[in-house]
Amino acid sequence: MSTPLTTPTRRRPQAALLFTMFFASALLQGCASIEPWVKPYEREHLADPIMALDRNPVSSAYMDHVFEVREAARGAMGGAGGGCGCN
Amino acid sequence: MRAAYALLLLVAGVAQAAVLPEDRADILYHRYDGGGVTVEGPSVLVRKQIGDSVSVAANYYVDLISSASVDVVTTASPYTERREQKSLSVDYLRGKSLYSLGYVNSDESDYRSDTAFVSVSQDLFGDLTTVSLGYSQGWDTVGQRGDADFEQRTDRRNYRLGLTQVLTRNLLLGLNYETTTEQGYLQNPYRVLRYTGPVAGSYATGPEVYPGTRTGNAAAAKLKYYLPWRAAVEGQYRYFADTWGIRAHTAGLEYTQPAWGKWLFTGRYRYYTQNAADFYSDLFPSANYQNFMGRDKEFSTYASHTLGVAGSYEFSLDFAKWVRKGTLNLHYDRVMIDYKDFRDLRLPSEPLYSLDADVIQFFVSFWF
Repeated sequence: MSTPLTTPTRRRPQAALLFTMFFASALLQGCASIEPWVKPYEREHLADPIMALDRNPVSSAYMDHVFEVREAARGAMGGAGGGCGCN
Repeated sequence: MRAAYALLLLVAGVAQAAVLPEDRADILYHRYDGGGVTVEGPSVLVRKQIGDSVSVAANYYVDLISSASVDVVTTASPYTERREQKSLSVDYLRGKSLYSLGYVNSDESDYRSDTAFVSVSQDLFGDLTTVSLGYSQGWDTVGQRGDADFEQRTDRRNYRLGLTQVLTRNLLLGLNYETTTEQGYLQNPYRVLRYTGPVAGSYATGPEVYPGTRTGNAAAAKLKYYLPWRAAVEGQYRYFADTWGIRAHTAGLEYTQPAWGKWLFTGRYRYYTQNAADFYSDLFPSANYQNFMGRDKEFSTYASHTLGVAGSYEFSLDFAKWVRKGTLNLHYDRVMIDYKDFRDLRLPSEPLYSLDADVIQFFVSFWF
């Protein structure tokens, strides 16, 4: 009864190591050969001011503040998010 | 006491590409009016590049508060307060990396807050990906009007991780994760809780007792899409959970439409919901019912809806050629909050409390 239980346990670290090495290798190869799928000359729309993720920082920071002082949740709302000493 | 906060307005941090921000100046007037509270004041932001690789920014912000909120009316006296906030930051661009460093100070008569922050963002993979890391640390001092000897401390730490990804020539993805830890005095010295009184239907009040630590985690995703007729639509979702048992969902949708050459119109909707903290109750059964007890409606169960519209007009100044362009902006948001377990004690029937608030911003921006 003990053999089937011990054998997979011994193999697991090796399998994990092999998987990690394979994955890391694939990732590194990917880094070396990655081709930008949106070329610089194809970014006209993304460069339009209406596509800015935070077009008016002074305004979005204010709205974040309005919500932060009245809500329990905070953080992760983008560039203007931040700490809060709200009690 | 007015809640103080350290606004990291000047963080070039998460979800921004590794380029120096544009030189600009913003002069904003803001006003919040709802639930017996009005808060208004200016905010001025100036950002200027120095040389090829450094940009500095400074912000001055004021809240003039006049409060006769439901808490204040039922357990204290209406008050006025002034809060000032000053911040300064420096961004340094080196290759495809942007390093940012800054300091924020917020001051009011019974609350002082100082925050320092650092962040770095890096463009990767042909500039299709931007990864950002940020850290900030804050030190707050809590006072109490009428008691010069009362002084408590709160320490805060924020860890931020962000990723912006160009998915297609029309679609952007932003992912953000943030952990906030707080330690120290985390309650409001003026607020009280209530518990069942000796006579049926009556209640008595007593001091709140909050835990001395709190850790919250927030994860957010944002998608922004360019529509074929030159308009943009943005969707956003955030999940938040903390060690006080609060779980919150935030979802938002925004549509931006340029018109007549110089105009830009935006419509937006935001939904927010949270459940109460483990130690929250509108009415406790007895004075020392449990270790931690609080009755702050911000930690109760509620949902809110916010509808907003904004208009922007672009202009140029013929007499000041150094100003590349300017915009005049007017924003209006209506916030509607319905509390599920916080009661309005001003009325004998103690109905569930709800509030509507109007939020107005008027600002002028210049790019130079």
